[in-house]
Amino acid sequence: MTITTTDPDYSPKTATTTAGRRIPDRLTPPMVRAIKSWESLLLLVAVGIFILNSFASPYFLDAWNLSDATFNFTEKAMIAFAMALLIIAGEIDLSVAAIIALASTAMGLMMQAGFDTPMIVATGLMTGLICGAFNGVLVTRLGLPSIVVTIGTMSLFRGISYIVLGDGAFRGYPESFSWFGQGYVFWVISTELAIFAILAVIYGVVLHKTNFGRAVYAVGNNATAAMFSGIRVARVKMILFLLTGLMSGLAAVCLTSRLGSTRPSIATGFELEVVTMVVLGGINILGGSGSIPGVVIAAFVMGLVTFGLGLLNVPGIVMSIVIGALLIGVIALPRLWQKFRRG
Amino acid sequence: MGNLAADASAAHPVLALDGITKTFPGVKALDSVRLHLFPGEVTALIGENGAGKSTVVKTLTGIYQPDSGQILMDGQPVQFPTAQSAADAGVTAIHQETVLFEELSVAENIYIGHAPRGAFKMIDRRKMRDDAARILTSIGAKIDPMVRLKDLGIASRHLVAIARALSIDARVVIMDEPTAALSQKEIEELYELVDHLKAQGKAILFISHKFDEIFRIADRWTVFRDGQFIGEGLMSEVDESDLVRRMVGRSVDQIYPKRAAVIGNEVLKVVGYSHATEFEDINFTLNRGEILGFYGLVGAGRSEFMQSLIGITRPTKGVTRVGGDICVIRSPADAVDAGIVYVPEDRGKQGAILDMPIFQNVTLPSLGRTSKNGFTRMAEEFALARTYTQRLDLRAASLDTPVGSLSGGNQQKVVIAKWLATKPRVIILDEPTKGIDIGSKAAVHDFMSELAAQGLSVIMVSSEIPEIMGMSDRVIVMREGRIAAELSGDALSPETLVRHAAGITAKGEAA
Amino acid sequence: MNVLKSRETILFAAILALLMLIATRFPGFVAPTNLLNVWADTSPLMILALGQMVVILTRCIDLSVAANLALTGMVCAMINVAMPGLPVIVIVGAALIMGAALGAVNGLLVWKLSIPPIVVTLGTMTIFRGIIFLISDGQWINAHEMSASFTALPRIQVLGLPLLGWTAVLVALIMGIMMSRTAPGRAFFAVGGNPHAAVYTGIDVGRTQFWAFVISGMLAGLAGYLWIARYAVAYVDIAGGFELDVVAACVIGGISIAGGVGTVVGTILGALFLGLIKNALPVVDISPFWQLAISGAAIIMAVTFNSRTGRTKGRIILKSAEIAQ
Repeated sequence: MTITTTDPDYSPKTATTTAGRRIPDRLTPPMVRAIKSWESLLLLVAVGIFILNSFASPYFLDAWNLSDATFNFTEKAMIAFAMALLIIAGEIDLSVAAIIALASTAMGLMMQAGFDTPMIVATGLMTGLICGAFNGVLVTRLGLPSIVVTIGTMSLFRGISYIVLGDGAFRGYPESFSWFGQGYVFWVISTELAIFAILAVIYGVVLHKTNFGRAVYAVGNNATAAMFSGIRVARVKMILFLLTGLMSGLAAVCLTSRLGSTRPSIATGFELEVVTMVVLGGINILGGSGSIPGVVIAAFVMGLVTFGLGLLNVPGIVMSIVIGALLIGVIALPRLWQKFRRG
Repeated sequence: MGNLAADASAAHPVLALDGITKTFPGVKALDSVRLHLFPGEVTALIGENGAGKSTVVKTLTGIYQPDSGQILMDGQPVQFPTAQSAADAGVTAIHQETVLFEELSVAENIYIGHAPRGAFKMIDRRKMRDDAARILTSIGAKIDPMVRLKDLGIASRHLVAIARALSIDARVVIMDEPTAALSQKEIEELYELVDHLKAQGKAILFISHKFDEIFRIADRWTVFRDGQFIGEGLMSEVDESDLVRRMVGRSVDQIYPKRAAVIGNEVLKVVGYSHATEFEDINFTLNRGEILGFYGLVGAGRSEFMQSLIGITRPTKGVTRVGGDICVIRSPADAVDAGIVYVPEDRGKQGAILDMPIFQNVTLPSLGRTSKNGFTRMAEEFALARTYTQRLDLRAASLDTPVGSLSGGNQQKVVIAKWLATKPRVIILDEPTKGIDIGSKAAVHDFMSELAAQGLSVIMVSSEIPEIMGMSDRVIVMREGRIAAELSGDALSPETLVRHAAGITAKGEAA
Repeated sequence: MNVLKSRETILFAAILALLMLIATRFPGFVAPTNLLNVWADTSPLMILALGQMVVILTRCIDLSVAANLALTGMVCAMINVAMPGLPVIVIVGAALIMGAALGAVNGLLVWKLSIPPIVVTLGTMTIFRGIIFLISDGQWINAHEMSASFTALPRIQVLGLPLLGWTAVLVALIMGIMMSRTAPGRAFFAVGGNPHAAVYTGIDVGRTQFWAFVISGMLAGLAGYLWIARYAVAYVDIAGGFELDVVAACVIGGISIAGGVGTVVGTILGALFLGLIKNALPVVDISPFWQLAISGAAIIMAVTFNSRTGRTKGRIILKSAEIAQ
């Protein structure tokens, strides 16, 4: 039930007439706050890398090359959105890459059984949802620490893929299935990029503009106080585990479609890149703060770094040094600076 | 007021604080205070919650570093940069909160940090066990030094903490509300222990709220108020009302502006509430416009019962009726829907979300009202937050500053505002003025009676007798999980409260 | 009575039951020589798990151990290739120092900058792997490039057990004594059990966590040499993903991820349980592809079990009242 602004109790017009001194809403205008934020610093880094890249390689500033570059992060970013909410709420899911493997394997089985694209996609999403539910039940019903639970399910989910596939692979997905990972919706805008953009808006609105998003922050900052305030903490966390599972299923659909095959080793190490993306985006690993725009920019930063170094023929493993250093550096530098200033 | 010059000629203080100041964001915890501790004497540090007593203890034990001022031992300036350095200098404390290790054995808890060493600097476990046993015996504690701490009850843990303090060969022993969790018999044993320590020439700083204790045990007094030094002197030269006046800074009837409220119909009726381990057979009714006090010693089960009432823990049996209708409350969300809200004692952990802005804290349980179709509306939230925080005369720079940056009293106002914004029928306040400054305290009390006058029903859990006496229309006393008495009118006096709470019969013996 | 109910006893019983189950069909598996082989094969896991135990006790986690192992191992191999005449014992010493130094990097970031351990070690994990690529140019170092003494040391048999196995025994003994009989050892428990109280007793929480990372790193360095020498090959992806096995061994061994609870014996048994499954699967003719899923299931069961038994009792007001009467 909502109450209109004519409620005399707290309408903006009458609020000032009650006793006590007037407290201003804000001291810093939202614009100033936005400029001083982590996100704008990160945006600066992104722009810097973009400029650097365009100087470093003549092939960089090409619409199709840039479009290709987005594949570096779109699948991971889909998961990163849900993971961001989960981490803000004070939990973590390290099994996301394993969920991709299991969902991809399940899709492969459906494909072998002769089902067509809609059923394959539905299976991928459903598998992700079930895996998320499994994690969520263990964490919220049994009260187990999510980091251990998902290290366990990480082995379990991928282990099931290995049991099914061994060292084999599923190939021969239907033609129509390739649309998700290889198709384009408009000019250079790939299906994956479009999904990424839509999800960014949805998650941004959910986290920053809804009651559910507020509950996520409250739970992550102080789950006990949130519970005392009438928030159903277990339910919020359960929904977030389900969402993370679902996003992993969606990423499995895109990745499987892009690769055109399923191996049990698919998406190995994705979980760490997803967590890195989330932390780089300014989300506090201990929960309670962070924003979706930050994650979006972090996704682009990681994509640009990988793509730029790739253009310079730097091998992938060296890029991981840069990613690792970014992860530690972005957190360490502000703290070092603070220490330095305090003397 | 103090006759310091005369004292100083008689004996030199072992330990003295001179002009110590300590500031935290938003609050000056200590403002140039002094304190003198003499060998073989007990000095009582007296002050209300928020007077700065705990900060002094933490400064003396190396947990906090003072912003300015000096700590003097035997007249020489010293510094305690770490807890270890304070212990090395011979200052030890029995802290208010039990700061011990659940998973370690009793002997290890006593000796961690200074365990007896044998060959190759290895811990000599046999000697450690024997020494621990000896200390425990010396304080009359029948505790096996090898059991793990988590298998002990609260009173036994406290004895372990005392044993730990004694295991350090200290010259200064700080006791921070050491009797809070002890039974009457254990308190008597503690008094003997203090006499024993005095005889050994140790200087003792004794912090307590209980005046009977202070007059029984202390030789000197020092009073702090709102982080400031008020006075010091000999116990033999003062009486209770002197100390209370210095501690409070005004007379008691000024603090409790209880207005006569019209007490109406029954709002809440609790029948036969029981829990497996925490409380049993709780029955009471609460009427419109009434302030119902819940008094008892710490650990009497009051908070446990209140938390069960709002659905945080499940009772084994019992019925709640709100306005005559049976109401099943399985979670705090159900309680809010039923119009029962709870302002918890532990503000930082259960009450406020310290890193979130004030306005978001206030609107958290009321989001259903400020939002539209699940989407938040900022203007509505600020308006709601302003309405209620202004009524409570909140002092804050702006509504989007984090609650954690406010002083304790203002944090409490935010928590109360949060619950009033839900328009409840019953508000439960658990130790509503614990640890907040005197000004906020008066504001909270003032507001409480205003609420009752407006027809809200208030349950106030409090361990402070003046607060219970001054604010309540009726008082329920709990002891060991059960209702010991229901008092009102002439039956309500400090003596009867204490007697029922401690289980002392008319003959003066423990039940 | 307490001994019977302890986690270690239950885990030990589970291991015995597993062995008996295998023995009914494949008696050869429980032959002493084979069991000693299983012990030796599990040694690197045990050594790493003991280091991880200390870190988890202090409420941290070290995800960089496998990368540390691989980097230190690669450096050892390169030293050996460059200076074949250098005594192996010097290389072992270098491995310990280098491992400890890499651990100290983690420890300093956690201690001095208060960065959450999971972030720090996630980062150093990828950095260490990248450095291996940089220094080795992505090349493998194979058996024929290493000196004979370098690869032989872990395999020297003493009383039927290779030195590799004896190293785990030695590390377990040292850790056992340190954790139970020295002040720093007890400090690890104190910091994880109640950091707040640790401060009051004069224990520096950050410094203690730093030393936990140094120990974990040092043992990872030791395991690095042992691993490279035993398999006689060094490359970038060695022991990839092994950090999860290490954490799994700790969890199965009853180390509480919340800190402050755990034993050396439990950790050894946890590692042994995983090692046994890995070695038994091929024997009982189950595809090795089952191993991952089984260890995943074992972690989940172990953590569920731990949380059931380790649940702290609430305050019991009524009961104490009954005793008082």
